[in-house]
Amino acid sequence: MSAPLKDSYDLVVIGAGPAGLAATATAAKAGLSVLLLDENAGPGGQVWRAITSTPLADRGQLGPDFWSGEALVRALREGDAEVIHRATVWSLDTALEIGVSVGGGSAFVTARRVILATGALERPFPIPGWTLPGVMTAGAAQTLLKSSGLVPDEPTVIAGQGPLLWLLSAQILRLGGRIDRILDTTERRNIVGALPHALAFATSPYLRKGLALIREVRAKVSVVSGVTDLAARGEGRLSSVTYKVGAREETLPASLLLLHQGVVPNVNLAMAAGVAHAWDDVQLAWLPVLGQDGATSVEGIAVAGDGAGIGGAEAAALRGRLAALAAVEALAPASLAKLESRESVRAELARAERGRPFLDRLFRPGKQFRIPADDTIVCRCEEITARDIREAVAIGATGPNQLKAYRRTGMGPCQGRLCGLTVTELMAEARGKTPQEIGYYRLRAPVKPIALAELAALPKSKAETEAVVRG
Amino acid sequence: MFKRSDHDTRPIVRILVEGAPVEARAGDTVSAALLASGRDVRRLTAVSGAPRLPYCMMGVCFDCLVTIDGVGNRQGCLVPVADGMRIEIQKGKREIGR
Amino acid sequence: MSKDYDVAVIGGGLLGSAIAWGLGRLGQRVVVLDEGDVTKRASRANFALVWVQSKGLGMPAYTDWTVRGARSWANLAAALREQTGLDVCLQQNGGFHLTLGEAEYGRRADLVARMHNQLGADGYRMDMVSAAEAGRALPGLGPEVSGGSFCPLDGHVNSLRTYRALHAGMKAFGVDYRPERPVSAITREGGEFRLTTPAGEVRAAKIVLAAGNANQDLAPMVGLSAPMGPTRGQILVTERTEPFLPHTLATLRQTDEGTVMIGDSKEDVLDDGAMRQGINAVMADRAQRTFPHLARLNVVRTWSGIRVMPRDGFPIYDQSETHPGAFVTCCHSGVTLAANHAFEIARMVAGGALEPDLVGAFTAKRFAAQESGTGSGYY
Repeated sequence: MSAPLKDSYDLVVIGAGPAGLAATATAAKAGLSVLLLDENAGPGGQVWRAITSTPLADRGQLGPDFWSGEALVRALREGDAEVIHRATVWSLDTALEIGVSVGGGSAFVTARRVILATGALERPFPIPGWTLPGVMTAGAAQTLLKSSGLVPDEPTVIAGQGPLLWLLSAQILRLGGRIDRILDTTERRNIVGALPHALAFATSPYLRKGLALIREVRAKVSVVSGVTDLAARGEGRLSSVTYKVGAREETLPASLLLLHQGVVPNVNLAMAAGVAHAWDDVQLAWLPVLGQDGATSVEGIAVAGDGAGIGGAEAAALRGRLAALAAVEALAPASLAKLESRESVRAELARAERGRPFLDRLFRPGKQFRIPADDTIVCRCEEITARDIREAVAIGATGPNQLKAYRRTGMGPCQGRLCGLTVTELMAEARGKTPQEIGYYRLRAPVKPIALAELAALPKSKAETEAVVRG
Repeated sequence: MFKRSDHDTRPIVRILVEGAPVEARAGDTVSAALLASGRDVRRLTAVSGAPRLPYCMMGVCFDCLVTIDGVGNRQGCLVPVADGMRIEIQKGKREIGR
Repeated sequence: MSKDYDVAVIGGGLLGSAIAWGLGRLGQRVVVLDEGDVTKRASRANFALVWVQSKGLGMPAYTDWTVRGARSWANLAAALREQTGLDVCLQQNGGFHLTLGEAEYGRRADLVARMHNQLGADGYRMDMVSAAEAGRALPGLGPEVSGGSFCPLDGHVNSLRTYRALHAGMKAFGVDYRPERPVSAITREGGEFRLTTPAGEVRAAKIVLAAGNANQDLAPMVGLSAPMGPTRGQILVTERTEPFLPHTLATLRQTDEGTVMIGDSKEDVLDDGAMRQGINAVMADRAQRTFPHLARLNVVRTWSGIRVMPRDGFPIYDQSETHPGAFVTCCHSGVTLAANHAFEIARMVAGGALEPDLVGAFTAKRFAAQESGTGSGYY
């Protein structure tokens, strides 16, 4: 763990998940000088987290999709890209200057091209009690499982919807972990919107894999469908989960509730760099406005992987390759001959994305789980409820940035990652506007907190000093 | 809340949680080690003093904030354990100078 | 939305809101026309000081006006609390401007001497203090702090909560707050003003321009002028920490929530989209030299904002001769002067005329005489 070796690189890739690994390996093969910066302790991102260090050696436990990441990790190591883990990128600007913190010190590096492969995070799931100790995301439980071999051993409920839910459940069960019940919140009417896309899905690998997982889990755990009015209850920690099926209300004792309703692009760094985003009504999230092969509105910055719109690991790796090929064409076109043609990668990508429109529609999270009732906390950092936000709208708050002035939402350490989408949709509903019209937090560096001393140690010009020391 | 896999053969790493010895494994993050310890490791928020545990485990939610070797407000889910590491559960706002 | 109002206030920031709140309090029928979510808003990008020291060098009337504002702030805070239940956390126990090293101390002492040579308001004092004196009041000061100046009238407030309280209070007074309605044209016909907005025309008997830098374009529409100078500032904000700072400093304050705000920079630019990390580095460096125990605290947010700064640094309060009933108000210190705006300016607007003994010095006519030059509206 040490600072970047050079001040400038042909290409800096941020994030070592599928997209970042593929982009780095491809660009390094073409002879570009590449720096890969990643926040985690090892390569893999979230989907292949701990692929080089997991204690779970029995390959059946995590399954073939997990281990499919080994090829890219190998490709990364065969190349000569500089790779820094536990590196926090806290700044990126339109001059392609990158502020990165490594081991308690910060440095700036410049790039001729940047590929953002910062992936996805789980969609906020604001239900009553979701801040109680004992309520976590399904992804959090999967991280514990992959990187430390930990599984639940107390009364556990898994709630929500989407492919990850079934994969995680199967993995927990294979490791002898405990799941008392699965509460499926998928709205039955979603099938209507999804059906037109069913044929493409049926011919994608998603279907076969998905059905096998669901069978495996249903054989061991009771699954309740059509769940509404989900709530976490308890004093100081989770003690039970309540929900409704139709008109019937049920209560389950639980000390662990794992929530999941899909993933959304992790937009903070891209937005802070000035990359234009637009609201996507299908994925119900902000997606970067992209040209060919991940090109963004900022010259020289591309977005690849789930950060460009949720597509899954296979699509992410292909998008990473495409973004790298575009960088090679711009910086070292003669090297393109050594690499696969972009047309063939684009065709592969189209195949990999084939099943996604069906999944997006089938697992579209219900409005009641996106736009919560009044007493539910929306901003976990500042502990602001949906009622607080609606009251601010009533006295004049027009959008997320004005809302900060009224209520401090998004001003805590998570910088809106856990409340931003909820705030946008909630304000859109309260004001009778579209999410696009309402907009999103205006984000700025540092996109992750950075120690004052680290900031203080950065270079300062005479003009910059005189802008502060005056009079 | 969580138990370790029987197949986990990673070496033991010894850390101190609120002064008490806890066995973690090499490669655990601080948050994973705390959740596996069986101890009450709830922190209290800086705003209302409400209890919290890690929520996302991937560096975005900041509910895993913890004092590590005397430095407050560190994201426990991003820091690997090391032998002799001293962990304190944070109660409310970070103290000045820590 | 054609509706008649006694007064239309253009601009819903701290300045416009304070005046509109004050007018509502006096029973006037008021509409506030404001911009939307993303615009240059000093009300969201200020340092929240209620600050007296060093204000008014070159214009004693500004010193008096500032002292009056600081002294009546407690009345505004009390009124807002009674009306809305919101505590704006006003703290006025004196503030320091600290210096690092002897050269800075010397320059500050010169400024204080020049202020003393200028006649000022009763009871207003600003004095140099030694490093030892500052250290007794402010535990944890670093060895490089050479002292500074202290003024017992200085303080700070939670400016975002003030903004919210004013808006909640406006609602309670029946003031119509209309966001997303920037005014593009103003005419005066048949004894009333007609304001063009994207959502239709608004008519009012009187208008108050309180649109920050946009006043520069609006004022000439009604025979007024508001020459502004561009000035950008950057601010750092840390995570919440336990209370450590008993007094506010000019460039470093701890909010009631516990965060530490660190300023401040000044560049002659109008683009608030950009951010210079080198400037943030200078401010961070000075903050940790002032209080070494802050070094490990995390900076959670930074921002750059555009100050509303009349060209000579002093406020502009003016009324139109060609368009009776049109007023323009511009000032950098929307927080410090909030009580003046809520009580004094609102009273004058309701009465139909500015009062020369209080605000006569702030007419924009002064710019005709002095083509350029800066006073001490801001250091």
